[in-house]
Amino acid sequence: MSTSSETAAVPTAAAPSATARGTRLSFRAAVLGRPDAPVLHDVDLDVSPGEILTVVGPSGCGKSTLLRTLAGLLAPLGGSVEVDGAPLRRPSADRTLVFQEDALLPWRTLRGNVELPLAISGVPRSARRARAESWLARVGVSAQAGQLPHRVSGGQRQRAQLARALADSPRAVLMDEPFGALDAQTRSGMQDLLVEVLGGTGATVVFVTHDVDEALFLGDRVALLGSGRVAAVRDVPGPRDRGAVDAPARAALRRDILTSLGS
Amino acid sequence: MTRRPLARYALRTASLAAFLGLWQVLTSLDVDVWLRFSQFPTVTDVAHAFTGRLSGSDYWTDLYDSLTRILTGFALAAVLGVATGVLVARSRLAEDLLGPVLEVIRPIPAIALVPVAILLFPSNEQGIVFITCTAAFFPVLVSTRHAVRALTPMWEEAVRTMGGGRMRILGSVVLPGALPGIFGGLSVGIGVSWICVISAEMISGQYGVGYRTWQDYTVVNYPGVFVGMVTIGVLGWVTSTAVELLGRRLTRWLPRTSYIPGGRTHVPRPVAAPVRADGDSEHQAQPEQQGQKDTEEARDEHLV
Repeated sequence: MSTSSETAAVPTAAAPSATARGTRLSFRAAVLGRPDAPVLHDVDLDVSPGEILTVVGPSGCGKSTLLRTLAGLLAPLGGSVEVDGAPLRRPSADRTLVFQEDALLPWRTLRGNVELPLAISGVPRSARRARAESWLARVGVSAQAGQLPHRVSGGQRQRAQLARALADSPRAVLMDEPFGALDAQTRSGMQDLLVEVLGGTGATVVFVTHDVDEALFLGDRVALLGSGRVAAVRDVPGPRDRGAVDAPARAALRRDILTSLGS
Repeated sequence: MTRRPLARYALRTASLAAFLGLWQVLTSLDVDVWLRFSQFPTVTDVAHAFTGRLSGSDYWTDLYDSLTRILTGFALAAVLGVATGVLVARSRLAEDLLGPVLEVIRPIPAIALVPVAILLFPSNEQGIVFITCTAAFFPVLVSTRHAVRALTPMWEEAVRTMGGGRMRILGSVVLPGALPGIFGGLSVGIGVSWICVISAEMISGQYGVGYRTWQDYTVVNYPGVFVGMVTIGVLGWVTSTAVELLGRRLTRWLPRTSYIPGGRTHVPRPVAAPVRADGDSEHQAQPEQQGQKDTEEARDEHLV
């Protein structure tokens, strides 16, 4: 992993290789939640390598639980959860987690935050800085690289968090309502940015949101959670295109999802 | 800029001068209205005694001894307090094993441990350091424990999902994140350390500012006693300022509130640019950040 990314030390060569390197994530009859409070039952779900699966559902339905289980922060209470066929045991740099907000370490600059996963995986100091800078440039916050998180806007913080999550070339990116705290305009800009920076990384993405339009725009498939279960998994028809939200097939799917969320 | 630093220093100096002036007036006029100042040494008596002491070697030996004792005790307390605080906050086993013992020992005033120190340690010197260390240990321990428990869980989770292990979490999340709280404990700790080192010296010391002050008292040398008090005051002030400044330096990253005490500032409030995050407002946000930077730096120049 680190050998392929070593070449990315040069800012111009920052684009990771476009090989299919995402992980396959699978749930088999899994029961998820905290030991004293299971929230999801009978979860059977496969996320294919390189796929973007969006997860929607009312609050408290277990979206975050699903994600935290995939991150390895929560152990499944029953059934199995597998990464590329092997049981998922503990957190790994291969599956990074992007939080809604405030997950940057406030005493590190944006650059320092992006350097952290590189330091953990043993990238030498000199290469770390260049790679962090190149990622910050890709997400559009190079000018703020030396700023502390609280000195920049919420959108810029999330950009930096995205850079931090992708810096060490993870094979899966787990995103927990990463744009949920942003205003609508910033949010759509961030969605475009996400699609752009994911392009070519080949990483598998599980993206949790409460926003159905966001789920339809970003997702190859949408998983609906409700009443403690995965209620449905639907393919999103058509290309990933903001205009296509109005296409008849999309509109029908959108209506379906809203109806089942409402019930 | 905020109120000019020069003006603030002048005000502070004037406050001290007024205090000394009042002291001088009350004592030189031998005021005896319920409070009796007739036997009280005047400021000039104390100043004479002070200059006399400064030229002798005993004063500097005392100073050196007291400082060595307090710095050793305090450094030990800082290391042990932070280590124990982190351990107790992060490990349930450690909490169960150490918690009850610590909670029972904590309410005992450190100076009441003089008999224990005499029994335990072969030399007076070690006993005094022990007492000083115990005094500072608990404030450091308690604030470290609270600070570690109050850390935002997301910081740790983020580092874990980057593949960080226990040591990485300790070094990159727990210690830096708890530092503001730890320094709260260190500030309290250095204060109680002085109280205890002086008291311990009075009881069992050989040399040291506390010992000398008590000696002067037993031979009814009141100006000498006041020289000791002034020395303790200045040393305490210098050391706690050092701790304070170090803390401020190491926790520079803390977001500061933009609160400026009302009516005491000449700074126009920074222009509240809209804190929007979309593309073009990033440029608008620049002047605001600049403004914040200025006021924060101004606040960094706290006089101590």
